[in-house]
Amino acid sequence: MRGNAEAHELIAPGSLGGVLELLAGAPGEWTPIAGGTEIMVAHAAGRLREKKLVSLWGLGELRFIESTVDSIAIGAGTTFRDLRAHAAVQADAPLLAKAATWIGSIANQSRATIGGNLVNGSPAADSSPALLVYDAEVELISVRGKRRIPYSGFHTGYKRNAMTPDELLYAVHVPLRFARHKQYLRKVGTRRAMAISKVALAGTALLNSGAVSEIRLAAASLAPFPARLCKTEAALVGRRVDSSTIREAQEALIDEAKPIDDIRSTAAYRTRVAANLLGEFLNELMPAEAHR
Amino acid sequence: MSEREANSSISLIVNGEQRSVATAPMKRLLDVLREDLHLTGTKEGCGEGECGSCSVRMNGELVNSCLVPVLQAEGATIETVEGLGNAEALHPIQKAFLECGGAQCGICTPGMLMATAQLLVVNPHPTIGEIREGLAGNLCRCTGFKRIIDSVIAAVGEMNAEMDSGMGGAHAG
Repeated sequence: MRGNAEAHELIAPGSLGGVLELLAGAPGEWTPIAGGTEIMVAHAAGRLREKKLVSLWGLGELRFIESTVDSIAIGAGTTFRDLRAHAAVQADAPLLAKAATWIGSIANQSRATIGGNLVNGSPAADSSPALLVYDAEVELISVRGKRRIPYSGFHTGYKRNAMTPDELLYAVHVPLRFARHKQYLRKVGTRRAMAISKVALAGTALLNSGAVSEIRLAAASLAPFPARLCKTEAALVGRRVDSSTIREAQEALIDEAKPIDDIRSTAAYRTRVAANLLGEFLNELMPAEAHR
Repeated sequence: MSEREANSSISLIVNGEQRSVATAPMKRLLDVLREDLHLTGTKEGCGEGECGSCSVRMNGELVNSCLVPVLQAEGATIETVEGLGNAEALHPIQKAFLECGGAQCGICTPGMLMATAQLLVVNPHPTIGEIREGLAGNLCRCTGFKRIIDSVIAAVGEMNAEMDSGMGGAHAG
């Protein structure tokens, strides 16, 4: 433990309104902390720069899952343990439920929140690819009110996002129009548990008489933030899925991917594995006769 | 800001006892348990939520106490390995780890015991896969894990046998 607890202020206003007032009164001065699974790691290592922290933990106003016929609203303070155990999430947003089981360990899942995962903005964030291929929206809140933006526009750069300094992430809205879509999500890491992804790929696709009528693809760790693979999608829309389509889509992905070399993997490996994952998903979409 | 002003009074229930500490709110629950409350059963391994040595139960959930600023434990119910059992009255999980050789150097053991306790509260009849998942955040560098998994299986058998005999009594006649 190299961090000094006394060097940091931490307060808990006890209500969402109290937190928003604090943020509005001194924009940019306070850093929200939810389950602490990122911030406390930096703190222990002595590299936590933020001196003034405001706790979101325990705010019931941020911890909810509300399911309606056409969407699921997930409060930003919802833990991954809440998410993976929720029947509607399991049934209607299975990729998100699956991603929730990948986040660290049980002890991490009981503290880490979906809001923290998105605001932290890691390029490798586990919940992001699923949210992107479900066309999720994020709802932001401040004393000025609430606003909703597509999640695909939330990340604006490495560890940067579209929130203003007085805003908090309030909820994530997952539309439920993907029940008929083929869905895919796979993460490749060093080991099955407790490993940050080297690369992850998600997909939702709808086929109409053998041709792709709709497809969404998203990846973690192929860019400075989790993002859709729009050029790869474009190479697939309207096409029949056969081996030459798959090859062309993989080439589009290899061209579109902008991964980096870091301690977890290399750019070349990430690109290759992402192309293989895409091949795996597209093979599942291929009509039986095309496999012959 | 002087140290005195920076301190908050934090109340929490630890192993069934109401405790209160005056401390910096960013102090880790792990350090409060060990330094302020002298409950040194909870160990620090990695200090970054990767190894699970510092696992405790907080409000019925397993957490890494190294990642909990103590202010967020205000009013919480905390269970540490000291609350599980003691040398005179071992918990069946502790007994199983002893009998099956689930502990060697001992640093990971309190965390393994608490992760097992959490698993068996949520799922009293886990499969091997569920045991592996329940303990996936707890690293051991001595045993190779086989004896730890064996210990959990033995604990499951022991605890379910206890429960069955209790229920057998209730349903007798």
